[in-house]
Amino acid sequence: MKTKAPIYFLLFALIALFLGMFFGMTASFQYLMPEFIKESVPFSKLRPFHVTSVISWIVLSATGSIYFFLTYVEKFKIFSPFLVKVHFVIFMLTGIAIYISFAFDYTEGREYFAFAPILIIPILLGWVLFGINYFKTLYKNVKGWPVYYWMWGTGIAFMCYHLMEAHFWLFDFFRLNFIKDFAVQWKSTGSFTGSWNMLVYGISIYLMSKIKKDSDVATNKTVFFFYFLGLTNLMFGWAHHTYLLPTQPWIRYVAYAISMTEWLVLASIIYNWKRSVLKVEKDNNPMAYRFLLATDFWIFINIILALLFSIPAINYFTHGTHITVAHSMGTTIGINTTILFSALFFIVHQLYPDFKTDRKWVKRGFVSFNISLIIFFVSLIIAGAKRSYWMYVSKEGSFSEIQDSLIPYFISFFVFGIAIFVSLAIVAVPLFKAFIRKIK
Amino acid sequence: MLNNTRPYIFVIAVLITLFGFYNYVVYNTDGYVTVEKLSSTAVKGQQLFQSNRCWSCHQLYGLGGYLGPDLTNVYSSEGKGSNYIKAFLNSGVKSMPQFNFSEDEKNALVQYLKQVDETGIYPNYNAEFEATGWVKIKYRNETSKD
Repeated sequence: MKTKAPIYFLLFALIALFLGMFFGMTASFQYLMPEFIKESVPFSKLRPFHVTSVISWIVLSATGSIYFFLTYVEKFKIFSPFLVKVHFVIFMLTGIAIYISFAFDYTEGREYFAFAPILIIPILLGWVLFGINYFKTLYKNVKGWPVYYWMWGTGIAFMCYHLMEAHFWLFDFFRLNFIKDFAVQWKSTGSFTGSWNMLVYGISIYLMSKIKKDSDVATNKTVFFFYFLGLTNLMFGWAHHTYLLPTQPWIRYVAYAISMTEWLVLASIIYNWKRSVLKVEKDNNPMAYRFLLATDFWIFINIILALLFSIPAINYFTHGTHITVAHSMGTTIGINTTILFSALFFIVHQLYPDFKTDRKWVKRGFVSFNISLIIFFVSLIIAGAKRSYWMYVSKEGSFSEIQDSLIPYFISFFVFGIAIFVSLAIVAVPLFKAFIRKIK
Repeated sequence: MLNNTRPYIFVIAVLITLFGFYNYVVYNTDGYVTVEKLSSTAVKGQQLFQSNRCWSCHQLYGLGGYLGPDLTNVYSSEGKGSNYIKAFLNSGVKSMPQFNFSEDEKNALVQYLKQVDETGIYPNYNAEFEATGWVKIKYRNETSKD
């Protein structure tokens, strides 16, 4: 009998997503009403809950999807089903410990890893178990890996490394030298994101090859070229986050040069637009197909934005503004979440071939999700542009005054944040019910 | 299905070797400007900055949260400085929670922000834009030419 652990990963991923959005909305309300519950649950307390929950959504759903594809779709005999269960239990217990750590202010960590640093040990252990199971399973079953297996493998390995690197500050060698320490902190954060992108983008290529029923999608030389390009960016492209920090110029030159190679990705997207998307066979997986179409759109928008602010002359004006937030929200919601929802719909179809995914309300939820995200994204871009104008052009008025002048955009951000929550809830309910049915 | 994966393994091996060398150099390279190591008081201030999640709302070098102002140069900004920072810490103005820092803790946070301030300027208006898209920034305490 197949293990149900992948389904548990996916169920808890959905719970983490909605908890994360709830914390995010509550926190963003404090942009509109700064005094709102600030003494009991200030913004600074809510933000770690929000960030950790949404990262958990990405990590748990990617992990659950990969386990599912290996066991249910590829029908590999997993190296150790017991380790899959242990992995799940470790992540669940650590998740609870992190929430407790946040609730009782044991937050000695840093941005994105605010929890008590000791908790990185079980997190790393979970990733190592995942790695052992993954590589042992594939080593036995597959000769000649399609690109998604490479992507998942490197995603797991680099995740382990960058989770450790994000805690190098615990050593005085890094900590006492502020510039080096701060640079390494943002190096690890950038590459941590790159590592989960390896897992998620690998899932998108897997889905494309399965929905199209065309293995060439994942084995041709071009797709491997872009995999290596992505890996190079993961390794060396992080320093565009810290162009304005006085690190050695060569670190920034390397990052600038490497980041510019992503123009090739953009050119490829434009060149292959029709070929890669419109010919996808969609009959059996209509919602998985629609979410992948949305992914293509959001990749296009976000890669243009990322390329522009990887140019130091543009980064100079956009850095430290809400334009950066627009990019991070645009990529985590627009790209990661659409790919992962596509995976969830694909998985439900595998579990229940007769399950009708493109119901009227699900389609409406999908449309309103994308419209809301566009307005949410544009609100942040405008707020960022206004802040940049204040920082570099007008230079007039206090921080408080500029924040007040941005309130209309924060209202729009808040309202359409709620709309994204409601839209995704509509889309997720049938998936959630299907997963519950499976584990009963 | 692929049969010949050796070239790919070779590329991965080359990239990982370069990555190892690159990391070694990055970890052993100091910043572009000469700065003093954080003092033990500043380290205590940094711990307070982290455990109170100041980064949730505030930025250093434009990195962090967006609800509060950037604090890179709050120590040396005109009309601000040590007393201004201390006054803000326990005031609970607008969305900032009202903290109850002791005098020692306030001194530690000020010392941390003072040492951060000494590392550079943000936003830095002393910038030259080049046709290549590069920006040449004049830092404080520069020891070498860009």
